[in-house]
Amino acid sequence: MITFAIRRLFLSIPTLLFISLVIFLLLQLAPGDPMAQVPLTVPPEVKEKMRIALGLGEPIYVQYWKWMVQFFWVEPQVFIDWLTRDSILLGWLPDTSLYDGRLRMISWQTRGPVMDLVVQSMPQTIWVVGMAYVVGVLIALPIGIYSAYRHYSVFDQTGTFISMIGFSIPPFFTGPLLIVIFAVQLGWLPSNYNTVHEVNNWETFVYQLKQMVLPVMVLALQTTAQISRYMRSAMLDNLGQDYVRTARAKGLREGVVVMVHVLRNSMIPVVTVIALGIPAIFGGAIITENVFGVNGIGYQLLIALFANDIPTVMTLTFIFAILIVMFNLIADVLYGVLDPRIRYD
Amino acid sequence: MTDQPLVSGPDPEIDEQALGALQDKGPMAPPRSQWRDVWDQFKRHKGAIFGGGFLIFITLFVLIGPYIWTLDAQKLDIRAKDMRPVWTLLWDGSANAAWAHPFGTDQLGRDLLATMIKGGRASMAVGWAAMILALLIGTFVGVVAGYFRRADFWLMRFTDLVLSLPILPLLLVAVTLFRQPLRANFGPETGMFILIVGVVGITSWMQTARIVRGDILALKEREFILAARSIGTKNSKIIRRHLLPNVISPITVSATLGLATAIITESALSFLGVGFPSDFPTWGKLLADAVLRMEQFPERVLLPGVAISLTVLSVNYLGDGLRDALDPRIRGR
Repeated sequence: MITFAIRRLFLSIPTLLFISLVIFLLLQLAPGDPMAQVPLTVPPEVKEKMRIALGLGEPIYVQYWKWMVQFFWVEPQVFIDWLTRDSILLGWLPDTSLYDGRLRMISWQTRGPVMDLVVQSMPQTIWVVGMAYVVGVLIALPIGIYSAYRHYSVFDQTGTFISMIGFSIPPFFTGPLLIVIFAVQLGWLPSNYNTVHEVNNWETFVYQLKQMVLPVMVLALQTTAQISRYMRSAMLDNLGQDYVRTARAKGLREGVVVMVHVLRNSMIPVVTVIALGIPAIFGGAIITENVFGVNGIGYQLLIALFANDIPTVMTLTFIFAILIVMFNLIADVLYGVLDPRIRYD
Repeated sequence: MTDQPLVSGPDPEIDEQALGALQDKGPMAPPRSQWRDVWDQFKRHKGAIFGGGFLIFITLFVLIGPYIWTLDAQKLDIRAKDMRPVWTLLWDGSANAAWAHPFGTDQLGRDLLATMIKGGRASMAVGWAAMILALLIGTFVGVVAGYFRRADFWLMRFTDLVLSLPILPLLLVAVTLFRQPLRANFGPETGMFILIVGVVGITSWMQTARIVRGDILALKEREFILAARSIGTKNSKIIRRHLLPNVISPITVSATLGLATAIITESALSFLGVGFPSDFPTWGKLLADAVLRMEQFPERVLLPGVAISLTVLSVNYLGDGLRDALDPRIRGR
């Protein structure tokens, strides 16, 4: 198992390299000039110097190499330094001071390090998206279990219909719809996510909860639709098995049969699906973040795209890719850990 | 079971039954074609019937619509701007609505029904074209990988790599960056159409390729392929004549799902502001443009939103029914 995990880890390195190359070449091929925002009064030779100062005069492979060095060497150094200096978790360790002042990835918009932007916006995304995912899964599992147990009942039919609707209604429609219903007509919830809101007492905590309800609802609807379908079909596969009949025959209570025997076996594929869905929901959250104005990484990506801020776009897209590859790996390993019948050799 | 006597005594009725069972009767029912069976199974799935019906209806609506509702979607009529749809008259007699514009008009006085028809045309065209492109790529990759063993490893590794790309961010990047040159070369509308169909098609062929490859791998070892090869059939002919007809059902199912994703992706891109220009409406663009004034004019968001959702819902149900109908293990149950 461990060898399998290590081998998969090594295999994911060429995958990530390939993805980084695709992203890099896509952005290289694209037209668009970082100097387009510079005033026309600046003479062309100065512009040329600025271009070279941004590292744009070098050949493509040098640029690619430098970007890789920045991403995989310089930024981790900064991160480790921060961990050992300022963080609570590892702050007791002596300051490593690995970072030697080399050029970090600089955003063309803010003229600051791209990673600062990521660090600022990541918590927003994780809060909203993560909460939505947890809520979605928690709703989906009981629905899936019950509709498989009562196959073809009214509950099952309704559940199937609702999950079909959850699949089909895109978040850019549910988002505005919920805003109009709950924020405008009923006035229960705020329509916009206030990113600078600080939680320091009960009222602010309630406000924070309130402002998270709508984006979480939109995202959770999709998660629920998907996961409950998987849960239902996995339960259906297992409910007809012989060991279920055996368990009933030896007189186990129905609750034990369903909730222990069947559920455990059905959770194996569902857990991997849950792991596989996490990166997708990060990507899909771009739309929801925009509808509600959550200042997360999806929102940052869109702003950077419109501002032609190539380093930020490149880094954020690559972070999405790393998430996908990482969770694919986790799903594969989890599958092996949970199901002893699976042997990787 | 076998040690029990079959007939306990001289019972003429049972005797007759036993004799009757021994007689070699021909099949009573006339032979049925495969597609007849498929259709019978398909008919039993109510959602699929509804889905197929609605898809045909909406396709006819956007295809024939402009000939019935002949108002020009681009015509500005500033005197008749911001009109409400006729059904608002039901509860609000003083609403600014008239039968001349049954769905109302927008802030520039463009007729909403005509815009919806035109937008539907664009959305459906993008959806179908992107789906067909994805199917072509996916089927090609799947067939080549499944049939030629040497290509299999690399093609499938490549498919896995593409599967782990972050699709929506890359779509956003590609569309934003290549918008200008394509517009300059092909005009704003054709350029955007080519770009969106291209990027959606190129990023959604992987599932089809995987399914087709799996089926081809299994089919390749069957006797009829061996027979075909033994009489000297060329590879290309085996693929076209023997393999492709056999993988048509998984391809059909993934086609429906592809259509749904393509429509949603196009609308999402339009919603994020990187899709078609405003004077070339698609359902997604109409929805995005209307969100700002949603409180006063909810119908402008609801109509395109409901149109997208219903189309995608019906396509999903259609795919569900087709999957059941085309699966010989489920059919006839």
